[in-house]
Amino acid sequence: MAYLGRLFGFIRPYRGLSIASLVFLAVLVCFDLAIPRLIQRIIDHGILEHDRGVVLWTAVLMLGISAVSTVIAIGNNVYSVRVGEGVARDLREALFLKIQSYSFGNLDRQKTGQLMVRLTSDVSAIKSLTQISLRIGTRAPLLMLGSLVLMVATSAELALTMLPLLVVTSALIVVFIMKMEPLFRVVQSKLDTLNNVLQENIAGARLVKSLVRADFEEERFAVANEEMTDRSIEVMKFTSAMMPALTLCVNVGMVVVIWSGGLEAIRGRLSVGQIVAFSNYMLTTMTPIVMMTMLSNTWAAGLASARRVHDILSTVSDVVDTPGATALPGDAKACVALDGVSFTYHGEGNEAVLEDIELRAEPGQTVAILGATGAGKSTLVNLVPRFYDVTSGTVSFADHDVRRLTQDSLIAQIGVVPQEALLFTGTIRDNIAYGRPGASDEEVVRAAKTAEAHDFVAKLPAGYDTHVEERGANFSGGQKQRLAIARALLLRPKLLLLDDSTSAVDVETETRIQDALEKDKDERTTIVVAQRISTVLKADRIYVLDKGRVVAAGTHHELMRASAIYQEIYESQLGRGVAVEPVAQESEVAQ
Amino acid sequence: MTAERRAGTEGTRAAMQPLGPRGMGKIERPADAQATLRRLVGYFERFKTALVVVALLVVVYTVLGLLGPYLMGVALDRYVARRDAAGLGHIALVMLAAFFASNAVNFVANWIMASVSQRALKDIRTSLFTHLQSLPLSFFDTRPAGELMSRLTNDIDAINQAVAQNVTSLLASVLSMAGILIAMFVLDRWLALASVLVVPIMFWFTRFVAVYTRRGFKDLQRALGELNGVMEEGISGQKVVKIFRHGDAVAAAFRASNAEVYRTGVSANTYALLLMPLTSVLGNLFVIVLSGLGGFLALAGLVSVGVIATFITYGQNFINPLRQLSNLYNTIQAALAGAERVFQILDTKAEVDAAGEHPMGDIRGDVRFDHVGFSYVPGSPVITDMSLTAKAGEMVALVGPTGAGKTTIINLLTRFYELDGGAITIDGTDLRACSKADLRRKLGLVLQDTFLFANTVLENIRYGRLDATDEEVVAAAQVADADHFIRQLPQGYQTVLSERAGNLSQGQRQLLAIARTLLANPAILILDEATSSVDTRTEARIQKSLLRLMKGRTSFVIAHRLSTIRDANQVLVIDGGRIIERGTHAALIEAGGLYRQLYVSQFKGLSL
Repeated sequence: MAYLGRLFGFIRPYRGLSIASLVFLAVLVCFDLAIPRLIQRIIDHGILEHDRGVVLWTAVLMLGISAVSTVIAIGNNVYSVRVGEGVARDLREALFLKIQSYSFGNLDRQKTGQLMVRLTSDVSAIKSLTQISLRIGTRAPLLMLGSLVLMVATSAELALTMLPLLVVTSALIVVFIMKMEPLFRVVQSKLDTLNNVLQENIAGARLVKSLVRADFEEERFAVANEEMTDRSIEVMKFTSAMMPALTLCVNVGMVVVIWSGGLEAIRGRLSVGQIVAFSNYMLTTMTPIVMMTMLSNTWAAGLASARRVHDILSTVSDVVDTPGATALPGDAKACVALDGVSFTYHGEGNEAVLEDIELRAEPGQTVAILGATGAGKSTLVNLVPRFYDVTSGTVSFADHDVRRLTQDSLIAQIGVVPQEALLFTGTIRDNIAYGRPGASDEEVVRAAKTAEAHDFVAKLPAGYDTHVEERGANFSGGQKQRLAIARALLLRPKLLLLDDSTSAVDVETETRIQDALEKDKDERTTIVVAQRISTVLKADRIYVLDKGRVVAAGTHHELMRASAIYQEIYESQLGRGVAVEPVAQESEVAQ
Repeated sequence: MTAERRAGTEGTRAAMQPLGPRGMGKIERPADAQATLRRLVGYFERFKTALVVVALLVVVYTVLGLLGPYLMGVALDRYVARRDAAGLGHIALVMLAAFFASNAVNFVANWIMASVSQRALKDIRTSLFTHLQSLPLSFFDTRPAGELMSRLTNDIDAINQAVAQNVTSLLASVLSMAGILIAMFVLDRWLALASVLVVPIMFWFTRFVAVYTRRGFKDLQRALGELNGVMEEGISGQKVVKIFRHGDAVAAAFRASNAEVYRTGVSANTYALLLMPLTSVLGNLFVIVLSGLGGFLALAGLVSVGVIATFITYGQNFINPLRQLSNLYNTIQAALAGAERVFQILDTKAEVDAAGEHPMGDIRGDVRFDHVGFSYVPGSPVITDMSLTAKAGEMVALVGPTGAGKTTIINLLTRFYELDGGAITIDGTDLRACSKADLRRKLGLVLQDTFLFANTVLENIRYGRLDATDEEVVAAAQVADADHFIRQLPQGYQTVLSERAGNLSQGQRQLLAIARTLLANPAILILDEATSSVDTRTEARIQKSLLRLMKGRTSFVIAHRLSTIRDANQVLVIDGGRIIERGTHAALIEAGGLYRQLYVSQFKGLSL
């Protein structure tokens, strides 16, 4: 129930607007309820008593009420929309900033798509819930309650005869909802199956075509389609009984009013105007019930969304500055040391990703980490800027335990080129200067030249002003990686972390990048992660990582002599088979 | 829309138009509503009889529904006023019967419609899927799978919303409005005229709201698109944002976009949501006019109290459908927009295929490219004047930088794309004279990115040859060296692979693909070697099982490993869409061209 408290917390800033909106609503309901009474007055005191004045003034009064109602309805509308949109805006902001504060570990446990759903559909569902609560959702039950009271006030006996009907209607609704839910669930699962076939045929079009399986797939689809159709028909046949049944309830109510009300009138205990008023009230009692049934979906969806949003907002980043953390001095030397470091991802069966790692990197040095996919290389690199916290052991930067430093001051000294070269929409210049938006054009070009990106950028018609599409879709993998390297170099970091960041660059270009980096290597410490042995050949020290452990360390020549596993990797990549052209991740169609 | 069609035939990513709605609250409109509607109706043609019956039933139930309020008025005037208890009882029974019959008929109409609408939707889905199967690969290559998928499901759902839930109620609404109008005029001309006056007010009002709403939603849509872009980048790029300490700037951009969505959202929704409360105020006004005017008419002795009561009930029944219609309007617009996009796909040209006058029997596997030319986008050739010969059983290694055209060669051999010029022959037969199905049955593909189905390992391998027995599947897995790891999976061959086979490594997936291809037993093999190694042991396994697979077949390998290249009968070095060097590994090293340069760059600065 904590999520409800949080939801109310978001509505609190709009207390005034909400209350005003509800007051308007209450007045509106009172006016709505007054109308049948006034009609009754026209009939009983005007028409039946032949009083022209009563008819005239009552009609004028009703028109006046109508006019005021219009103004009030607009007021309710304006206020409730503001509350709904305001709550949505605040929720989005809270969610977005929360997600921004997440650590890498928090983020790994979420999918981008899911988080986007939280920010869009869930926020939208909560907005609907808020707005409906300030509008029809409150209006309908108020109207129903008021009508019930007035029914009793008009004729208690007649109202009593309505009671069983109300009970039957409510029971019917409950039964329908309860029966419908499982039916809908089955349809949903059949729909999922059907969509899965469709999805596989879109994603696997090449395979289906190459094996000439169109007929087979059409048959598969036909079966799933048939089942889904049958289940849908079943549900719809069931629901096709619902509206007629509920309408019949209202209709029976009408007949009862006319009949037993008519009998009362014949006995002189009820006027015709009262019967008309009563039947009007009965309609206003029944309609909200039906309406609320339809609203119940909105309510349920809104509450489910509120719960999910609450989960996101309650997640606390698992990497935060410790109390008393100090800022890393600007003149600190970039010596990196890992001492007895072990690391386990949360919820991954507690299998350690890294175990007992000892590693040292001094200013001016290039240290390489070599290993296969899943060996734990990226994780190791991510421990230095404290994107993850070690499970045991210590990571230190300039002899400070990174956990005692403020993360901001630490990251400020580190340039990271992540495995996936993610670019943002904007110009190429914006992207290179991402870490330092105030950088001069010369600095941008210099960084691009070192990263071997300048040549291809200069060839583009718009050069550095070329627009980068979402996720850098208009650049090849190798180009994106080179831009990402330039982006990190522009920071002139004391520590440069290259996480397999030239995997999509051809070997010649990679060599040129390495040579360019070599020139001012004394200014920084470099840690390179790679799968390709050609990337690490010239490093001052190579750590070979296998299943989370350092199995060998040394220069290329030392390792060739001493390490069997290094020899094995060398053999497989360069000995028997040189990766003559190691890049083909990008389909040629993309160009 | 033409851009869409062009993309389908040319296959360029550049020509692709943005797909599908991006945010929420969008009111979509079809470009040509009439044509789309006509085509949509076509899917209901085979249910003509059922639809006629439904229409008749709707008429019956509408008329019966109108009878109730009329009888109510009669009951008040004729029996209550004259104190006739027995007559009142009778007419109450008649009312009850009319209401009951009306709802029963309604139920039957809905019941029939349930089948009709779902069957029609099923037909739409079937024709869509069948057509998808016939579309050229370029269609899929130029559209991100996720977007295509969500677009198809959303569009079908939009059609479902309108067709399944609203067709009968639309018909019923229109009919009952017409019926009420007629009944009112029969009962009392003046009151009817007064009632009808409400209609133009209502229409004018709905239009007014609709115009402002549409304008508002356009702005909101734009703002939402921008906000979604900011959010998407901020979340998918969160790690980079952190790495570059860009959080404040991202938050500021987000706040600005979010504020814009609030502003446009308030103004759009203030208009849009106005419809509901104001129509109910209008409903009241309707009742007021009727009772006020009715009062005066009654005083003049022109109408009875019962008629007024009937009118008030009719009035409520008249306003409700009117209210529904404005809601229906949006649903139907969205459905037509969805249908239009579905039809666009159905109109995308299917793969052209020869009827197969030359059925391919057993082939030896001599492959020839004869002055082949090809471009994805006219004017920028990807393959130029390429000729090559692979004798039966030979292994040809394709080597060259990214974008050189290696993948394209495979796309042409499989006829995923059609040649611009020249010819490709197998055993001397031009590929264009054979049917694609025939051709592809002779070819086996093992690509870098292995596609597997969310099914068991067994069925995934069997996909290569559907009539293979379990034993044959296991045998193929053994030859592919996959048997070993499959048996270590939780349920062995019965292990269900999760979506995108996340529970297998890339190398294991490739071993399954090799087993699958072995089972298919193709005469010609096409391989795209994996670029990055998995781990050395799996790597060695893959190499070995590939060699076994290639034995006795003509094979084309996009090669990344020297061992493969050394084993090849001929190496083709491809650059800029041309074969620039050809020969064996040794001969090419000897020749000292680009191949040697590529080879040497690996060892630069390395003293061996």
